[in-house]
Amino acid sequence: MTGKDAMARFEVYVTYKRGIFDPPGATAERALKNLGYQGVNSVRIGKYIQIDADTDLATVTEMCDRLLANPVIEEYRIVEGEA
Amino acid sequence: MRLGVVVFPGSNCEQDVVHAAGVLGIDAGYVWHGDTDLSGYDAVVLPGGFSYGDYLRCGAVARFSPIMSEIVRFAERGGPVMGICNGFQILTEAHLLEGALLRNEGLKFVCRPVHLRVDGSCDWLDLPLGTVVRMPVNHNEGNYHCDAETLARLDAEGRVVLRYCEPDGSRAQGGSAPNGALDDIAGICNARGNVFGLMPHPERAVDPLVGTTTGGGAFFTAIVERLARVGG
Repeated sequence: MTGKDAMARFEVYVTYKRGIFDPPGATAERALKNLGYQGVNSVRIGKYIQIDADTDLATVTEMCDRLLANPVIEEYRIVEGEA
Repeated sequence: MRLGVVVFPGSNCEQDVVHAAGVLGIDAGYVWHGDTDLSGYDAVVLPGGFSYGDYLRCGAVARFSPIMSEIVRFAERGGPVMGICNGFQILTEAHLLEGALLRNEGLKFVCRPVHLRVDGSCDWLDLPLGTVVRMPVNHNEGNYHCDAETLARLDAEGRVVLRYCEPDGSRAQGGSAPNGALDDIAGICNARGNVFGLMPHPERAVDPLVGTTTGGGAFFTAIVERLARVGG
């Protein structure tokens, strides 16, 4: 992709991997249950990173692997759309 | 022997380390994060603080500072590197040490003296196994984590150098870590033993002025003695 018209928006969601205890998520989960939302099964809290760039999905994946997420503890999901 | 203390934007314990070195008679100087040269230094400390505001993840941005490539090369050549607190976080982000430091289990910043048991040795610490030392912790992300395979390897290779413990050296049933750390792990080293990371602050357990002198000095003198032996 080149030029201004090709600008894309990449929405990156980073959360702890399954099996990693997420204290803020667990706290929010308890609070929701205390408010009476008994149907709540699990709450995970993570990060939302929005990148507007003239680049491709492979490069954003590389950005995630190198900097935006730590593969030891985190997983990520990228949603590509228009800026 | 000259100790280099790396200063990142947001480091705040570099003066404590240089002061502790001074108390112990060790020559120390500051290394700027933008530098790319470690010549003149025989050992390197990454001090505590909040490098780059702890933005994204603790240590994640500092890891890409210009000096870090040189520190990785220095470590690969066997050069001694110790990361204290934020320095430990940076070393895990740089993959010089395994695992990661998560947010404290209780979601609280912990700032208090803790007891630590020596469960292993490395270039930076050579005390009899089972020795109990006392020094402060001061962190929000000190909850050590690694996968089961890594933990088994660390254990088998004697690389868990320090564990949080009770004053008598025992470990409480529900864990003695103030932060939820896996297996009460407070400090680990790499396979070669030259790279060491720990959450507690040995530099604050050196000067009698601040009360606790129970063991911090050993973390700095061991490396001086070792380098003297090997001619570093």
